[in-house]
This record gives sequence, structure tokens and C-alpha cells, in this order.
Amino acid sequence: MTRFIERHPAWALILLIAVAVMLWLILAVWPPGLEEAIGRKRVFLNAVFNGITLGSLYFLVASGFTLIFGLMRNVNLAHGSLYLFGGYIGYAISVWTGSWVLGFIVAFIGVALVGVVLQIVVFRRMEGQDLRQTMVTIGLSIVFADLMLWVFGGDFYQIQTPNWLVGPIELPLVTALKSSGEAVYLRYPMVRLVIFVAAVVIGIAMWLALNRTRVGMMVRAGVDDRDMLAATGVPIQLVFVVVFALGAGLAGIAGVVGGTFQSISPGEDTRFLLASLVVVIVGGMGSIPGAALGAVIIGLAEQLGSVYIPTYAIVVTFLIMVLVLALRPQGLLARR
Amino acid sequence: MFRSCARLVALSSLLLSSAALAQEKIKVGVTATLEGTYTVLGEDGIRGHQTALNALGKKVGDKELEFIIASTDATPDSAIRAVRKLIEQDKVQILLSPLSGDEGIAVKNFAKTRPELTFVNAASGAQETTYVDPSPNFFRFNMDGAQWQVGLGKYAYETKGYRKIATVGEDYSFIYTQVFGLVLEFCGAGGQVTNRQWVPLGTKDFASVIAALPDDVDAIYLGLGGADAVNFLNQYQQAGGKAHLMGGSIMVDQTILSAKGNAKNALLGTIAASGQADTWEDPGWQKFVKAYQDAFPPNKRFPSPSLLATNYYGSTMALILALRQVNGDLSNNQAKLKEALAKIELDAPNGKIKLDSNRQAIGTNFVTEVVDDGKGALFSKVVKVIPNVNQTLGYDPAVFSKIGLPSRTVPECKKY
Repeated sequence: MTRFIERHPAWALILLIAVAVMLWLILAVWPPGLEEAIGRKRVFLNAVFNGITLGSLYFLVASGFTLIFGLMRNVNLAHGSLYLFGGYIGYAISVWTGSWVLGFIVAFIGVALVGVVLQIVVFRRMEGQDLRQTMVTIGLSIVFADLMLWVFGGDFYQIQTPNWLVGPIELPLVTALKSSGEAVYLRYPMVRLVIFVAAVVIGIAMWLALNRTRVGMMVRAGVDDRDMLAATGVPIQLVFVVVFALGAGLAGIAGVVGGTFQSISPGEDTRFLLASLVVVIVGGMGSIPGAALGAVIIGLAEQLGSVYIPTYAIVVTFLIMVLVLALRPQGLLARR
Repeated sequence: MFRSCARLVALSSLLLSSAALAQEKIKVGVTATLEGTYTVLGEDGIRGHQTALNALGKKVGDKELEFIIASTDATPDSAIRAVRKLIEQDKVQILLSPLSGDEGIAVKNFAKTRPELTFVNAASGAQETTYVDPSPNFFRFNMDGAQWQVGLGKYAYETKGYRKIATVGEDYSFIYTQVFGLVLEFCGAGGQVTNRQWVPLGTKDFASVIAALPDDVDAIYLGLGGADAVNFLNQYQQAGGKAHLMGGSIMVDQTILSAKGNAKNALLGTIAASGQADTWEDPGWQKFVKAYQDAFPPNKRFPSPSLLATNYYGSTMALILALRQVNGDLSNNQAKLKEALAKIELDAPNGKIKLDSNRQAIGTNFVTEVVDDGKGALFSKVVKVIPNVNQTLGYDPAVFSKIGLPSRTVPECKKY
């Protein structure tokens, strides 16, 4: 942080001002002039919150993707299929047992197992051959998509939110003042907040696991120099399997989350693959904090875009990607 | 070895083609949205098509009808690809296509490049398809989106007492046409439409759209369909939305009313208008509902046919009846079939249908209200039946043409 300020004082100042403006926009009661210029504060606040919660969903998908890439240099283009598969498992389990939480657990384990099989049966055979692996994952994603279409049909499924999560909750953020001077607080869907908190917890847990545990140390060493790590006697294949399982399991959890506050249907796999590709390109391939930053940026861009420039909302995310590729091709938070 | 193999193939292909000649077939290509946002709509359309075949059979004189189904995803290019594939690869002579609004405009334009073939619209409902520069070989036996909204604006204004409404709709031709019909009538009656929001087809996250809905309106009109509608309702409920709702023709429809989950309950009491009403007492309609229910097991269908099933039923019926009138004669660029289609008067389940000079349906429209059947299933209950709705919605054609074509901002909210 301090190094960044020392090296780029101008950028740091601009960032600081942007953060201050954002905080003011979120916390202050808007003067009437501003409301007239860009609409009501409730709309803006909602868009910001939606952007962040949508970003947390993107983060769940993209973090697994970037983790796998970081360690194995394997661009797993079947990652979207893992997401969709997790969603379907979550739906089946929550309908069968009536438990939403159980859906998450089973989806994580089930998709992680698929990940293990993929790593052992497919990727281990073609280690180090990036192009071949990429082509195989494209093929696999098509096969998976058709298999899931066969089993689950073209219907869209929605995972039932448990009763205690349905409905809005009042947040201590003032959106407007009534003529009597009474403050109107922001009402926001409970389930989205819970999902946001869960994503933050998962993100922190992942950071801790990577930076504070022995396995995490091995993974980090593997990201830096795979061959050297193998030479020190670490069972590198085992580490690969664990990381692949974790990345796939995260995609599975994300599928359940996506099925809860959106819906799952054929086609969602490519949508989320594309989203996670954009997120990791913006954030930096292989970097977990990068995935978090990228996810929030893309989520915010999508939601603010859909409110303020609805016609061009779809373009905005790709515009951001193009800008990042042009100015900082390695991604915003890439390590090298 | 190789040579004998080749000979065998050549021989068998000869045999096959002569067999095909012996029992002459008429090939019909069908497209439906079996992928993407409107998957559920396409699937039910095919069920309606199947129900019609069960009722009417596939024989035309001594010829047999063969139907080939291709999938689209509601985008115009997917429809053209499917239609091309059916014509060029499967050699179909007649098309029963397409399902969705933008697809309809594209297929109509494509129909002009193949004037020798016959195109019967399956279910699409954009106004432009038959209103602007219609193609002489394109026939539409369902009403367009604006016709399907007739009666709703007046009912909302006069009976429900709504004065100000806002609309949310998918950003494409069919919904433009629906909002066109609604705005024309609602504003004509004296109401105000304060805000029109458009979302891309296939939007998943509606949270910001929901937040941007105005508070100071009496009702919100929803012009969404398929997965979009379910996603919207789900998130609307999570956001604690409480406004009165009004629905478009594919919003208040069995495709949504029987979706899994409880989000659909937000639609209870919603008023809507469409080319059909689930609980209509007409014997023809009841017979169709029965035939639909008997044709498929309960878990493979909706409790009652959706608008798409009805449309596919009607268009399949029109085609088969017209083919029988001409005894399957497709000679002279199918001239006789086209003539028969243009003249046919259809006793469809959802009322009598005949075509105008643009080969566009004039039919019956229904204003409905969503009710619970007491067992948790939702149905649209008929409130008002309006017969003989034409494409200019009862306006003088000269006045109607001045309004402009349906778009994001047309028509203006005023009395024309």
C-alpha cells in the first residue's frame, strides 16, 4: 500500500478522492439538485449494493478458476459447467431434503469430486500441454452441457430460499428525508446480504488457508515454481488434486448461490464462464485478491450500467476489459 | 472390398429414394425456442403442436405429413439458421415458424427470398411482421402483441381505477408491440404512463431494475416472459415489493403461473390480457384443454395449455385443414395452398380466427385476472371477452399508421 503511494502519488490521490466521493454518496443525504441530476438515492444505493453482491457471486466462481490457473497453468474452460452442475445438485438436494444449507454442502462435495476425477483422468495425462488442455476443456464443457440438458431438461430451476431469508431488511443507511424530517432507511433483500457475507468469509478463509497453512505454503510455492517444489519432495500431484477439488467445489457452491438469487438453466454455464474470464482478466490471472477486485468492478459496472445507461449496459463490462488489456495487460493486481 | 461397399451404399440409397417416392410425403419444418430464456415456452408450443396432430392426424389425402423440429433461442439469427437448415438440409416444403417476435420479423423477410415456399407463423407476435411490408407467402393465425392487450388499458382505468402506471419490459419487438397496445388504450382512456424501463432479453439480475421502479404509481405493468419473468418475480419478492401488478400475455401465462417455487404468488390478483384465458367456459376451449391434458402426463405439461401451446395448435390446425382443402396439391409453387390459407376461417380453441388482407389474424381477445384454484395452482380467470380484434385495434387505418411503429418510446402517451 505505502509502496503504491510512493510510486504512483497521482494515482493514489485520484483513488483516494474517488473513495471519498463514493463514501459521501453512500452515507450523506443527497441534496435536491443531485437527485434531480442523477435520480433518487435509493436507486443508486440499490445499484451499488447489487453490484457488490453480484460481484460476490462472480468472485465465488472466478476464485476457483483463478486458483486452478495460478497453480496448474490450466485454463479450465469447463469451469462454467461445474458451476451449472453445482446449481442442479443444490436444487435436487434442497427439494429432496428441504434444507438449503445441505444443498451447499452436497454441491461442494459433489462438484469437488468431479474436479478430482477431471484432474486425475484428464489433466494429469496432458500436463504442461496448455493448448491441448484448453481444447479438451472446451470439448468437455460441450459434452457436460448436453448431458445436463438431457437429464434436467431446458427448464429453469430456482432454489427455494429458506423462509428466514425471504424479504427485505432495513439497513442503517438514509436514502431520503420525508417532509416531516423523518429519515427513510434503505430496505434491501436479506438473502443477498447473507450471500455477500458468505463470500467475504470464504474469501478470507481462502486467504488464510493460502498464507497461514502448510498446504497453502506448498500451493504458493507451486504457483511460483512448480518444478522446484516437486524436486523438494512435495507430492505435487496430490497438491494439484486438492486445489482442483477446491476450485471446482467453489464453482459448485456458486451454482447454488446463483440458483438461489437468480435461476439456473442451460446456457448459464457459458455465461458464468465468460463472466469469470472477464473477472480474472481484469483482476489478474492467478491472483485471489485480483479475482475479488475484478468481481466487484464487473458487478458494479453491470448494475450501475443497467440503471444509468441501460442501452449500453452490456458493453460496459467488455469496455473495462479492453481498457485493462490495453493499459495493464497483466491485470490490475497481477503479481508479475 | 471398398468397391463392393460403395456399390452397396449406392444401391441402398437408390432403394431408399424409390421407397420415399412410393409413399409421397409432405415435409413441414417446425421451429420452437428450445434453448435459452424462452425454453419453457418453446417446449409447450411443441406440446400444442402435438395435441393438434393427435386431434387431426397426419394424413392429407393419400399423402403423409412429416414434421421436422428445429431449435432456436429467440434471436433472429438463430431462427434464420434453423429455417435455412430445414429448407436446405431437410428439404421441407412448408415452414411452421417461428415462436418469438424478433424471429418473426427475420423469418418474414427471409420468406421473401423463397417465394415458392409457404410460411405459417407458429406463435410470434411482433406487429411489424405482418404490418410493414408483409410477405405474400407468410400467414399468421395468431394476433399480434398489441391485439393481445386490447381491453386491458380500459379495464385498468375504469374498473381498477389505476391512473398512473409504469412499465418494465424486455427490450425487443414483441414487448414493444404489447406496450404499444397497452399505452394506446390506457392513455386513450385518460391514464398516464410515467416510466418505461427496458431490460435486455435474458437479464438475470433484476435487483437494480426493481429498485428503480417508481413509488408514486398505481400499478406496474410487466412485459416479461420465460426465465426473465420468474427471475424478476423471485427478486421482486425478495426485495419486498408490494405494488399492484399488470401483466403482458406471456407474463400471466401458464409458463409462469406454474413455475416451481413461490415467487409466482406475487402475481395473485394481477390483471392481464391475452389471446386466451385458462378458465374460459367455451366448450371448444374446454375440449382443447382436455385434449392437451390427456396427451401428456401431468409432470410433463402445465395444468392448462399456455398461450404458446394454443398458438401452435391453431397454426398447425390451419395448415392441415388448408392442405386437406387442396388435397395436398403443392404444384405451381404451392399456389392453391396459399389461396386456401388466406381464405380459411378457423374455429380455433380460443375463438374464431380469419385473416385480413395482410394475412394477419383477426380474432378474440381476453382480459383476465389471476386467481388461486384453492390448491395452490394459479390460473387466469376470464373477466371480459372481446371478439373481432383486428390489427389496427379498431382505429381507422390512416390514423393508426400515423402513430408509428412500436418501439421503446412509441406510442406517446396521448389520445390518438
